[in-house]
Amino acid sequence: MRLSVDHVTRYRFDRPVRGAVQSHRLMPSECHSQRVLDWQVEVTGGIRGGRFRDGAGDRIQGWTIPGPLAEIVVTVQGTVETVDLAGVLRGHRETVVPDAYLRDTPLTAASVALADLAAAAQGGDMLSLAHALSGAVTAAIAYVPGATEAQTTAAEALAKGEGVCQDQAHALIACARLRAIPARYVSGYLFAGSTSPPQQAAHAWAELHVAGLGWVGFDPANACCPDARYIRIGSGFDAQDAAFIRGVARGAAAAEGGESLEVAVAVHAAEQ
Amino acid sequence: MGYFDEMNGGANGGGSNARPPYARLGDWLQSMPAELRSLKQAEAEALFRRIGITFAVYGEGGDPDRLIPFDMFPRVFSGAEWARLERGIKQRARALNAFLVDVYGRGEIVRAGRIPARLVYQNEAYEKAVAGFVPPKGVYSHIVGIDIVRTGPDEFFVLEDNCRTPSGVSYMLESREMMMRMFPSLFRENRIQPVDIYPDKLRRTLTSVAPQKCNGAPTVVILTPGHFNSAYYEHSFLADLMGVELVEGQDLFVDGEFVYMRTTEGPKRVDVIYRRIDDAFLDPLCFRPDSMLGVPGLMDVYRSGGVTICSAPGAGVADDKAVYTYVPEMVRFYLGEEPILQNVPTWQCGKPDDLGHVLANLAELVVKEVHGSGGYGMLVGPKSTAEQIEAFRAKISANPANYIAQPTLSLSTVPTFVEEGVAPRHVDLRPYCLVGETIELVPGGLTRVALREGSLVVNSSQGGGVKDTWVLAE
Amino acid sequence: MLSRTADNLFWIARYMERADTAARLLQVGSRISLIPTAQGFRSEWDSLLQASGMAEGFGRKYGDPVQRNLESWLFFDRDNPSSVASCITSARENGRIVRTALTTQTWDALNMAFQELRQLERQERSRLDLSMLTDWAMRQAALVRGAIDATLLRNDGYNFLNIGYYLERADNTARLMDVKYYVLLPSLELVGSGLDNYQWSMLLRALGSQRAFHWAYGGDVTAAKIADFLILNRQCPRSLITCLAGIENHLGRLAKAYRREMAVQEQARALLADLESETAERIFDEGLHEYLTRFITGTAALGGAIHDTYLSGEMRGCA
Repeated sequence: MRLSVDHVTRYRFDRPVRGAVQSHRLMPSECHSQRVLDWQVEVTGGIRGGRFRDGAGDRIQGWTIPGPLAEIVVTVQGTVETVDLAGVLRGHRETVVPDAYLRDTPLTAASVALADLAAAAQGGDMLSLAHALSGAVTAAIAYVPGATEAQTTAAEALAKGEGVCQDQAHALIACARLRAIPARYVSGYLFAGSTSPPQQAAHAWAELHVAGLGWVGFDPANACCPDARYIRIGSGFDAQDAAFIRGVARGAAAAEGGESLEVAVAVHAAEQ
Repeated sequence: MGYFDEMNGGANGGGSNARPPYARLGDWLQSMPAELRSLKQAEAEALFRRIGITFAVYGEGGDPDRLIPFDMFPRVFSGAEWARLERGIKQRARALNAFLVDVYGRGEIVRAGRIPARLVYQNEAYEKAVAGFVPPKGVYSHIVGIDIVRTGPDEFFVLEDNCRTPSGVSYMLESREMMMRMFPSLFRENRIQPVDIYPDKLRRTLTSVAPQKCNGAPTVVILTPGHFNSAYYEHSFLADLMGVELVEGQDLFVDGEFVYMRTTEGPKRVDVIYRRIDDAFLDPLCFRPDSMLGVPGLMDVYRSGGVTICSAPGAGVADDKAVYTYVPEMVRFYLGEEPILQNVPTWQCGKPDDLGHVLANLAELVVKEVHGSGGYGMLVGPKSTAEQIEAFRAKISANPANYIAQPTLSLSTVPTFVEEGVAPRHVDLRPYCLVGETIELVPGGLTRVALREGSLVVNSSQGGGVKDTWVLAE
Repeated sequence: MLSRTADNLFWIARYMERADTAARLLQVGSRISLIPTAQGFRSEWDSLLQASGMAEGFGRKYGDPVQRNLESWLFFDRDNPSSVASCITSARENGRIVRTALTTQTWDALNMAFQELRQLERQERSRLDLSMLTDWAMRQAALVRGAIDATLLRNDGYNFLNIGYYLERADNTARLMDVKYYVLLPSLELVGSGLDNYQWSMLLRALGSQRAFHWAYGGDVTAAKIADFLILNRQCPRSLITCLAGIENHLGRLAKAYRREMAVQEQARALLADLESETAERIFDEGLHEYLTRFITGTAALGGAIHDTYLSGEMRGCA
């Protein structure tokens, strides 16, 4: 499938800031399920900084944006050719060992309810256990946009029974780790159909490390494994660690003034 | 229990003839009546206070300008004793660095089953953010502080390794300065190797690991958490002696591919940062987002070869007290050598067998928290009451993996000036090994002394003092 | 040097100068209160507090100006950022941060001032004589200044210290004169009267310039002479022109050392040129208050430009 992405992130500052520094994880992963045809990241007034590939295989690009600034616009545009590998991550070069992803973070910390959910899942082998865990999360947390916030933890989302893809991914990661399966957060894009309006956020799911297969993606929000509709960008312990953009504005005005964020994501299936 | 006294040999000053390294100190002691001694002691204290070497103890409140007690009686090593220590320390520093490069790379030692994966990859100090990165010259820990205790003429044990930012080197330098000022004759009579080359060597070590993108003479800075930090004096002291700027996070900023400091002449590029702040605070874009001490974007510059951070982020995974147990294994695995310095036998409460042994012998053991430091959160069995032991038993049982235990070592003693005259007091030693293009050790270190009679805790936060440490030229 | 280091040095100077001013105010205020009037004794404490910009804080904390409270407020009170104790503590803390940029003698002077202050604070107040306290504070200020002048390398740090001293001093002199004119005088009819003259003398005393003035001018104290002395006379160590010339000189040295002229040097030269072409008559024609307001605004802008150029680390204001 040929997918094109238009992703605009707009930061507005009530009072101009002296400048900003950002770290981007915005390049598609290099793996067998996807091939980049073209891909551009632009930052208004930005200067490219250090660039490298991190231990998890993600391309990281630093940016500095000199001020004074009232607004920063980050534009991602590109086209990727994808194939369906049933969620299995193949041909992806990385150094971090799977065991490192057994570690908790505040967003994925266990709770009694998460432990109960994880313990109830049945599976003959690791792969079916992983599927069972993903299914359990889909059933336990209903997809309700706006029900949670960026800082909501897996435990809080489960207690509420509602959340968005981020919360479902966090809950699945927490459950997997409770069953000693290394798990991580994946950020990327999803083609939701040609009639779908632009979204206010990109997509996220989880990857679980299944012995023999390696990393396998699970998307509890859509009760499936990533297929040709998915573009994988980067990974981390949790949403914060795997974020597309991490940044700070500098200057006194940044501390006092308000800041607003606006995101528009459109994924289209390109003409063949 | 008998103790080895480094001056008199036998236990508790039993021997009558001083061991050779201390041979000339007897006369010196004779020549110093009590009045002169208290005069000199007062002089030393006044000097320390005037220079402003002070040490604030975390959470204790009290006088922020407290002095670390300085004991004038030196601790002495013969050239031969030191030569062996030096080989052992350098060997250990090499192995620790090889381990760090390995676990952030292919992890051969884990694959070979020589150290449990859990201890490394689920360790809080393991930084995923630097996996796959090899710092310049393959060095993660540029200043390795190795704490060593002695129990006999030839028995030395490593108590712990400090791979991040071992502190205290200013006391090594100032103690020497003080002794040379007050007792110049001692330095004529004993051939004492100098330690004041340390700042130069440190600067050379730091410049030798300049990043890939640095052209020309590297600019080095020391990054401090700020003037409220208890070790601020040491930071400013080292910066001054090395002739480099002492910066806070706010003095640095990232622009494009590099880090700059804010100067009165405009931005100046920085190539090597000797940081005295923890990983978690280095860069809010990579670690704790609420950190005000760090430099936003620093890690991106670091990972892309624009700046070197010393010690490298992630170095802490090698000096964990649980990983410590495996350092002799590292020496064998990476260097193919037998360790010259031994570890103190250590039981890991996380292992069921070890836990049983520890709980059954609490009264004889020293129990420490895996991540603790500064002598806090530890139990010294033989010096504790039954209630204290029982309270600790409950803590260990609740979270066994958080504790390790070691036998109570009979730490050596060195004569020390006390109220009543001179008496033996227990000591340890922290030498500072510098690792860059070359690996170097200044002949000396920080000798800490437990000033309370019978005490085995030498931490400055718990009533410890410092002594000048001599290494004699052969 | 690091911009933050330059900033710390600049503030060491400003705080020590400010401590000196606070001590002088205290000395003059207590002296005035010894002078009998028809109603009892004079009190000029209100006006002195106004002069130092410390009136509001004092009113909030203590209410009526009672001598003992005033002594506390101006000397010991940490709630008053301009008290002698606050200033000395801040100066010493700034000094501790940049220890290595100071000579041992300068650090000793700063540190001793602080250590002695702590001893004073531990003593019972009733045993502390006010004139002893004010003398002590002025002596500490002089010791620090002397150590800087005698021992410090004549590098950029020395220039930033001096700029701090001159800027603070210019501001203090201008404010004291301004307050004299609009606060001390109950009504305009009194201008030129005996009371007016008396208050001018007090101002001279506050600036420690009474004797210098008499040597320089002789005869009666008149407003014109004083304005000339405190604004335009280069011999007076506290005159506005002396302070501005000092700032201009040290900024010039910085430009030379850095081989780079910034807009701030031109700004300082322009302010100085204005002063040089001024006469006492013209100032009184314009109105002393108007003139001083203009001066205070001008030097504050210059201080801001110095901050932006050298101390903020942003290096704004390239020429």
